Amino acid sequence: MTQALSASQTQQLLALLEQGLPLVSRPYQALADQIQVSEAQIIAKVKDWQEQGLFRRFGIVVKHRALGINANCMLVLDVPDDQVDEIGAQLAQAPGVNLCYRRPRRDNWNYNLFCMVHGRCREAVTEHVHQLLRQFDLTERPHHLLFSTRAFKQRGARYTMPEVNHG
Amino acid sequence: MDELTQRLLDRFQHGVPICATPYQAMADALNCSEADILLRLEQLQQLGALSRIGPVIEHSKAGSSSLVALAVPEQRIETVAEYINQLPEVNHNYLREHEYNLWFVLTGPSREHLDVVLQRIEQDTGLVPLDLPMLTPYRIDLGFSLFSNSQVPQ
Repeated sequence: MTQALSASQTQQLLALLEQGLPLVSRPYQALADQIQVSEAQIIAKVKDWQEQGLFRRFGIVVKHRALGINANCMLVLDVPDDQVDEIGAQLAQAPGVNLCYRRPRRDNWNYNLFCMVHGRCREAVTEHVHQLLRQFDLTERPHHLLFSTRAFKQRGARYTMPEVNHG
Repeated sequence: MDELTQRLLDRFQHGVPICATPYQAMADALNCSEADILLRLEQLQQLGALSRIGPVIEHSKAGSSSLVALAVPEQRIETVAEYINQLPEVNHNYLREHEYNLWFVLTGPSREHLDVVLQRIEQDTGLVPLDLPMLTPYRIDLGFSLFSNSQVPQ
């Protein structure tokens, strides 16, 4: 059995992981050196997290714009609440849909289904989205294509931030 | 971008083995050397195409998150975007074509924490945030194929 990490070591490890593994042959050893624990302890903890479902995925996180994926469209739809699960499940399986979520309606916001479609150019993505809408018989539903025109910030989430001063 | 880089990106946006020598494990899967893998990753980093290698955290297990939008008057976009960017709770922050034109993701240790941040945004900008936490995931972010069998609209 490997010895468990302390609470503060665990927090330190998560904060380091959120920044990404170092590009060296033994990346967990490098993290272990920083936290002053063993490589085996680190690997055991990360495997635990994975088994507990803390990670959606563990891998290369790319910055799409640098790879020529310049068009980023958020398709929002207003579909009946009793059909949203069915329609969401269909869209989730459709080619080119990379994210698909239900979100709440608000007073001045009626859209309850959100899809992300990425592509190399706006025209191709627009055409693709219209094709999806036709395929799933959604053209008559209120919808809107929100293309992003600038990325002000793009980085991984940080859950381990120091408590902010809300003063 | 060479063929190995493309295979690397298509194969390992998820499923990087958690072991002492993950780059060697990736190399074994792609029939190349560990040095080949590290070189491609360094090249991607230099291109500005690599955010990181590691976990994408499941929000619901780690804390709380929400997609938030503001309807920012055109002439205030730069100032408000800059203000939003400096909040440690913000990761993605995009300008989009809609009356609600500034869209960003807030993440934090708890929903209460996010509520405080939302209140503060409203106080500091005078704009009422549209707070849209996820209710049901139908498809979560697993990365997507960019090259071989890519379904990205070309």
